[in-house]
Amino acid sequence: MKSLLKLTWVELKLFFREPLTLVFSFALPVVFLLVMGGVFGNKPDTTGMHIYRGVGAVNYYNPAYIALVLASIGIVAMPVHLTAYRERRVLKRFHASSLSVWHIVGSQVLVSFFIAVLGSILLTIVSMLVYHSEAPKMWGYLIPAFILGTLCFTSLGVMLGAILPNTRAAQGVGLMLFFVMMILGGAGPPPEVMGTVMRDVGKATPIWYVIELLQDPWLGFGWQVIASLIVGGITLVATAITVKFFKWD
Amino acid sequence: MECKKSPSIFDNSLSPSYDLMVMLNGSVIEVSNLRKTYKSIAAIDDVSFQVREGEIFGLLGPNGAGKTTTVECLQGLRHRDSGIIKVLGFDPEADASSLKKLIGSQLQESALPDRIKVWEALDLFASTGKIAVDWSALIEQWGLKEKRNAAFGTLSGGQRQRLLIALALVNNPKVVFLDEMTTGLDPAARRVTWDLIKAIRDRGTTVILVTHFMDEAENLCDRIAIMNNGKLAALDTPQNLINIHANQIKVIFSTERTDIDWLKTVPHVHTFSRNGRQVAVEGDGPVLALVASELVKHGIVPLDLRKEQPSLEDVFLKITGRSVVE
Repeated sequence: MKSLLKLTWVELKLFFREPLTLVFSFALPVVFLLVMGGVFGNKPDTTGMHIYRGVGAVNYYNPAYIALVLASIGIVAMPVHLTAYRERRVLKRFHASSLSVWHIVGSQVLVSFFIAVLGSILLTIVSMLVYHSEAPKMWGYLIPAFILGTLCFTSLGVMLGAILPNTRAAQGVGLMLFFVMMILGGAGPPPEVMGTVMRDVGKATPIWYVIELLQDPWLGFGWQVIASLIVGGITLVATAITVKFFKWD
Repeated sequence: MECKKSPSIFDNSLSPSYDLMVMLNGSVIEVSNLRKTYKSIAAIDDVSFQVREGEIFGLLGPNGAGKTTTVECLQGLRHRDSGIIKVLGFDPEADASSLKKLIGSQLQESALPDRIKVWEALDLFASTGKIAVDWSALIEQWGLKEKRNAAFGTLSGGQRQRLLIALALVNNPKVVFLDEMTTGLDPAARRVTWDLIKAIRDRGTTVILVTHFMDEAENLCDRIAIMNNGKLAALDTPQNLINIHANQIKVIFSTERTDIDWLKTVPHVHTFSRNGRQVAVEGDGPVLALVASELVKHGIVPLDLRKEQPSLEDVFLKITGRSVVE
């Protein structure tokens, strides 16, 4: 336990010392929120197309960009971090000490949660101050949805870190997945105006369901049962793949 | 016969067979018939040895001899194909978590995250041991005091290496594994490192040293295992290895004269060879004096006549057929 907390504390400091991941986790979502809010405002759509699910754009995007924060931690930061650890034999050195896989994974999960909470609060404060967006409506559903979403992207990040051969691959694959998810998964243009192909691609990404999971309680629409099952399923599959393919060196 | 058990300096949480093992034969590591194969190539081929408590045990051998694989098996970092390993009474794989708290490790070519600070690394690894350790003494001993708050990525090669050795010692290990520990250190730092490692041994820690430096092995090791092609080729004290495997004395001198075949008839001379002007005579016992007097008789008075003591290098060359620096 002592080692886990020490490792988590070190990992947290390392996260804050890495400029690239800070940009992706804290700056990018806020910038997008400001841009989208600047373009679309926060007035509900009145054209009858039911764009943004009938709510203001910023109200819509706030939970969506929280999902983007989670994705940036899991998809951009973590795979590079873990593959670099393997490449530089840091993992092996951990293995030679009494640190186990569970220390490594546990510290990543704890760091993810910390960064996710911090990034989400930052994002929400900005959207409330600048666009007077509405506060989440159903906290009782939102909190478990947030936990599930964070676990999902953390497990995907650890999985990518386990299966990708090196940091170059992790950078390439991570950024590609991140941008596809950002643009098509529900954090880009409103799904209502996307073509079917774009929407199908978006629906093939995990962020689509994490956004649904977060957005519904945020906007007061309730709990998304199917999305929660899909997100939970992805988490389990990613964890199983990690257990199977994880290597210390 | 009554066998009185001496009080153990180790705490009781060590495995029960450990005390027995040390009591019976003084060994902290027992390896028997260890085998490890990578894709049909035998990396370790039926290796057995014991390491005694409180000794510096060297593993010496050419690249690919199986040294690193052996110590990695001992630390539970690699799965062995067969054989028995007991380290402090523990099986390194089955009892990995118990064992790892008691051993220290410096791995070949391992690194730390670039942005971790020296003190953070020491603090983190100190927490992985059995008992809380004060690492402030280590930071001073290993000359890292000024670098306490420096990030790993900004350290020089020598500083990194010293930090990695310090990390191997930070959990107060009973056995410490050092794999090519002086790689990247300058000659002065190597000497200091040797002294520090001897001091650690003198405090009762057993040291397993993997090296390809002859001077390091000769200077530091109480016993040396020479590995070659996955096999244990020899195991003894440095002096015994030399006495047994390199008992030939070499006498060297230079001359322009080529009519020196009579050298063969000098008593105690075994062979001689010529390389340009330089002649190397191999023999034993009083060969130097006998060769010298014959040279004078034949009117050869070289200025550079000298005797070369056999060294570990000669042993290594003889056993492995290779020189280390190839």
